[in-house]
Amino acid sequence: MSDWNMLTLVGADRPGIVAQLTRVLYQLGCNLGEASMIRLGGNFTIMLMVGGERSPDEILEALKPAAEEMGLRLHLDPLRGGLHQHLLPNLQVRVAGADRAGIVAEVTRTLAEQGFNILELESDVAGDRDRPIYIMNIQGYCDATLEAVQGALAPLSESGVSVDVSPVDVMIG
Amino acid sequence: MAILDILKLPDPRLKTVSEPVERFDDEFRAFVADLEETRQAGPAAVGIAAPQVGRFQRIVIIDLSSRPKTPNHGHLILVNPEIVHWEGYAMGREGCLSVPDYTGNVIRATHIRLKTQDPEGQEHQYDMEGFEARAVQHELDHLDGLLFVDRVVSRRTDLYRRKVYKT
Ligand SMILES: [Zn+2]
Repeated sequence: MSDWNMLTLVGADRPGIVAQLTRVLYQLGCNLGEASMIRLGGNFTIMLMVGGERSPDEILEALKPAAEEMGLRLHLDPLRGGLHQHLLPNLQVRVAGADRAGIVAEVTRTLAEQGFNILELESDVAGDRDRPIYIMNIQGYCDATLEAVQGALAPLSESGVSVDVSPVDVMIG
Repeated sequence: MAILDILKLPDPRLKTVSEPVERFDDEFRAFVADLEETRQAGPAAVGIAAPQVGRFQRIVIIDLSSRPKTPNHGHLILVNPEIVHWEGYAMGREGCLSVPDYTGNVIRATHIRLKTQDPEGQEHQYDMEGFEARAVQHELDHLDGLLFVDRVVSRRTDLYRRKVYKT
């Protein structure tokens, strides 16, 4: 397997961005690996593994016209690792509370102390302008028991943040 | 006894709709034994369906006997199974022997009523919930030529706006 690069693109969202980008990469003979695209604050964001024989400079050069035309910021980094390195989560942590910066820091510090490896983290701000609610969903792997993680997070619950820890049971069949 | 080859995506045979079992003979029982051996030989699978090894008959094995904390009916060989009632829905993560190195979130009914025959052809009915109900729905999909990748949803999917099952 050839080397991979991590391509990052950010900019104002509009329909057709992924189609344009992937057509350029396809015409260049690149392979696509794992990708995550999501709209954040009305912006288009994507992180995409790009592989193949092309050098990073060639990839950047080929993407530049499309990125400039669509007003996207473009970034390419060589990537260690590759495909087929998935880890399965065994615990899920859901957090919801009044919007304040400290929630993420406190929850993730507590999880780190438990040896919890975060594999996926999604967060969003719901509610309205005057009463925002911060919602976070974390999946990860941890050798500590569910009860231990729950116990460690309990002080947060007392401060009005709702914290729920549940097992992630992957059904293979 | 033999360990059988597992069909893997994108093998088009996985889309085959399987036929009911009509003959409960020695050949059938020998196949069920091979299917069980194949399930145990692979990664920790709680279930396997006959079409996954290229036999397009409505046979499924489910085994949750090693999970005492999960409500379940133990080791079951389901022949010509049919879900006759669905209730509730929940998202959960699934993987599949036919789709290596991938897991995804799928919405399934949380409670089902299952009508099935056993390897002797006797009729049974089971009420199942949670993980066992999920496993059964995943395996029965195989009998209809469906894979869980056809049902994967994003974790951001709004569970309450989706209705996927009709009774
Ligand atoms: Zn399967």
